[in-house]
Amino acid sequence: MIGHEASIPIITDTDIVTARQSARELAKNIGFSSSELAGIAAAISELARNIVSYAEKGMIYIRLIQESNKKGVLVIAEDKGPGISDINKALQDGYSTSNSLGLGLPGVQRLMDSFEIQSEIGKGTTVTIKKWAYE
Amino acid sequence: MKVPILRQGNILIATIQSALTDRDLLTLQDNLSHQVIQFRSQGVVIDITELDVMDSFATRTLRNIANTLKLRGAKTIIVGMQPDVAFAMVQLGLTLPDIKTARDLDEGLTLLR
Repeated sequence: MIGHEASIPIITDTDIVTARQSARELAKNIGFSSSELAGIAAAISELARNIVSYAEKGMIYIRLIQESNKKGVLVIAEDKGPGISDINKALQDGYSTSNSLGLGLPGVQRLMDSFEIQSEIGKGTTVTIKKWAYE
Repeated sequence: MKVPILRQGNILIATIQSALTDRDLLTLQDNLSHQVIQFRSQGVVIDITELDVMDSFATRTLRNIANTLKLRGAKTIIVGMQPDVAFAMVQLGLTLPDIKTARDLDEGLTLLR
């Protein structure tokens, strides 16, 4: 779907705001409720923040997607940072959200319909999330 | 975007009017911390009605602001959180323990008086 995607370089805290606002703009016309939009924005905010905090820079790609008769949004957060040494631990609740370290990955997982993470030490991390709009 | 801080008697009212960057939030923290002393304020209301997202950083910073102001002798009340924002916060696992919240500015001011 041309004109239904955005690529946002993530380097500073301003880019975090840009990323979540772009996602809202893109996603608002395909049937998401306002609380789902808030959830998508919050999830992207966490992913973008992880890039700024741990990898210094990266990219967020947002794309509207369609599968049979359902529409949704796909978000890829990609960086070439240090990677996550223990992904299972990073996906445990309470590992990160309450202190200053960011991550917040379990929360992002809860907010989304699908969540995939690939990370390699020294190479970087890619998080892919999807959220479907209910008709 | 700078957050304006109004003064009403011995209460400060900070009204967030748009999406805030991390730096904006930290600036708000500094400004409130100084102004409660400067104006001998007993209470601070932070109105987040216009805030469209509370992520981990925003949550932590609001908590830090409330704790800092408490040490500086002022009470903090967070008012106006949108239902969608609250819902997303809960799903993210974010909480504001020990921080008073109210639905709107009126209720917040009543709590402080």
